Amino acid sequence: MKPLIRILALSVLLLPLPAPAYAAKAGNLDSAGTNVFDRASLQRGASLYVQYCMGCHSMQFQRFQRLVDDLDLSEELVQEFLIPGDLEITDYMMSSMPYEESVEWFGKAPPDLSLKSRSRGPDWIYTFLRGYYLTEDGWNNIVLENPAMPHVLWDLQGIQRAVTETVTDSDGNETTRVVGLQLERPGRLSPTEFDRVVRDITAFMQYVGEPAKLKRQRVGVWVLLFLSLFTFLAFLLYREYWKDVKK
Amino acid sequence: MAKSAGPIARSVDVVDQWINERAGVKAFYKQHLSEYWAPKNLNFWYIFGALSLLVLVNQLLTGIFLTMHYKPDAERAFASVEFIMRDVQWGWMIRYMHSTGASLFFVVVYLHMFRALLYGSYKKPRELVWILGVAIFLILMAISFTGYVLPWGQMSFWGAQVIISLFGAVPVIGPELVDWIRGDFLVADSTLNRFFALHVVALPLVLLLLVVLHLAALHEVGSNNPEGVNIKAKKDSQGRPLDAVPFHPYYTVKDIFYAGCFLLIAAFIVFFWPEGGGYFLKPDNFVEADPLVTPEHIPPVWYFTAFYAILQAVPNKLMGVILMGAAVLILFVVPWLDRSPVNSLRYRGWPSKIALGLLVIAFVRLSMLGLSPDASIAEIRFWSVIYFGFFLLMPIWTSIEHTKPVPERITT
Repeated sequence: MKPLIRILALSVLLLPLPAPAYAAKAGNLDSAGTNVFDRASLQRGASLYVQYCMGCHSMQFQRFQRLVDDLDLSEELVQEFLIPGDLEITDYMMSSMPYEESVEWFGKAPPDLSLKSRSRGPDWIYTFLRGYYLTEDGWNNIVLENPAMPHVLWDLQGIQRAVTETVTDSDGNETTRVVGLQLERPGRLSPTEFDRVVRDITAFMQYVGEPAKLKRQRVGVWVLLFLSLFTFLAFLLYREYWKDVKK
Repeated sequence: MAKSAGPIARSVDVVDQWINERAGVKAFYKQHLSEYWAPKNLNFWYIFGALSLLVLVNQLLTGIFLTMHYKPDAERAFASVEFIMRDVQWGWMIRYMHSTGASLFFVVVYLHMFRALLYGSYKKPRELVWILGVAIFLILMAISFTGYVLPWGQMSFWGAQVIISLFGAVPVIGPELVDWIRGDFLVADSTLNRFFALHVVALPLVLLLLVVLHLAALHEVGSNNPEGVNIKAKKDSQGRPLDAVPFHPYYTVKDIFYAGCFLLIAAFIVFFWPEGGGYFLKPDNFVEADPLVTPEHIPPVWYFTAFYAILQAVPNKLMGVILMGAAVLILFVVPWLDRSPVNSLRYRGWPSKIALGLLVIAFVRLSMLGLSPDASIAEIRFWSVIYFGFFLLMPIWTSIEHTKPVPERITT
């Protein structure tokens, strides 16, 4: 089966080089452990997103209608629980925050989150949302230093403080770095429950980043099955024609 | 069944004859397919020409559908791509086929070029086939670069900014040249608009012309083969080469089988791995172009990184640009750098084998270094020297090395 060996050789050529990370500077990210095929998780995520994020962050490419189509939700449910009063089901998930004021309040307008999961990756979002800690100067974050956004989920998570470590280098310069976070005051949810909340929000953002993902893998299986059959028949034809030439 | 042909068959015959008397379809079919003689020992490495054609057709077809929905407008381009990804029926698949096709185009073209180096396919009488091939490679780079700008993400914008600014290194007219290419004082709407025109009209036209010429030149002289034996030297009484088979059906069935294998890989990427681990679609390009925010690291797409690394090998910008240009242009003269009396590596001496191995390692290593934000300049220089050394020293080792005698016939 020489051709098979060659196919293997061909696929080896496509093996990736060491993967370029989403953001090399982000350092160690926690694994989000999301599953975009888990409809229940996406539904919870959608509801949490509307409740906690959509006040400020738009998803300019995501229509409410898509939630009905993709998340197994009824139009009534979406209408009642997910769409703010002034928007229709055919609208995009736009925040009602006025741009100018938001710049004034936060220093910059809250970014659109439609594609955040594709530019940053789900692990970054997950680590970011869990990574807030309180300092004397207010909220800080382990993956995004001095974020413009306050810790919106603090009453769920509680208040974390940074565990720091001071290192002295050979020149005698002292640098303090955050080595971990410690929950100082528990929130309304236990750490496990809170992790699930963040995971659901992350999964929802991952879905919005690429709604086609729900469909493409399903289609892909059939495409690969068809191509396997096609290639197998083509192989038989190839062998049949060549058996007189190759002796 | 009656033995005389029915009315339908008779009509087909009439039409067939009518066309043939005017267009010579049968003669063309014979000359290029059923009686186009190809060596019977063409191996795995010979599939990549046909696969490049397959990818070319894929790029043209998916590209046409993308232009139906894409807006070449700095205000709307990014959103129109997302519109294709979300609201156009099967738009995501068309787009992934196009983006995956772009990367796979370079995969198959690089392997195709490697095959030419492996078996000396550029040697007399195929110099023109090779030259046209290198021209195709150049146009392909231009198409890929202009196409990469169109989604108007951060990498599109800043990649264009970096590459266009390289033209600023040209003495005297540099700055004006850069403004002329951009059509503005920075990469902007006018740049996007003209790159769209180049990507979907001008460059594909040139590419298609070159591909036709590449094939025409090939069919004039016929394929080389892994043994490097001239099959036209031994013919039967009817003038057919003894060690050849007609291209159709022998190589058409072979190419169809390998096309199936290739499509399996391509489909796997399109449906299960469209970002290609960040190599085919970069994470940063999912952020809309913003002239006010410079990304920390602006590496080109993977298939350009070897040349991008060579650009960084010297501190002087103009010298870097010249070196990078030379790295591609030197390919044009390979047929005259190679002084070996034999074609195939199989009959060459060990210096050729080591040299080609080193070239491959240098190219892969440079590609990796070009991706890295903090690559060691010393290492880039080392592999750049190896890369250029392969070409510049080729006349020496190919003329002094000991070669094995080439058989008269293909026996394998």
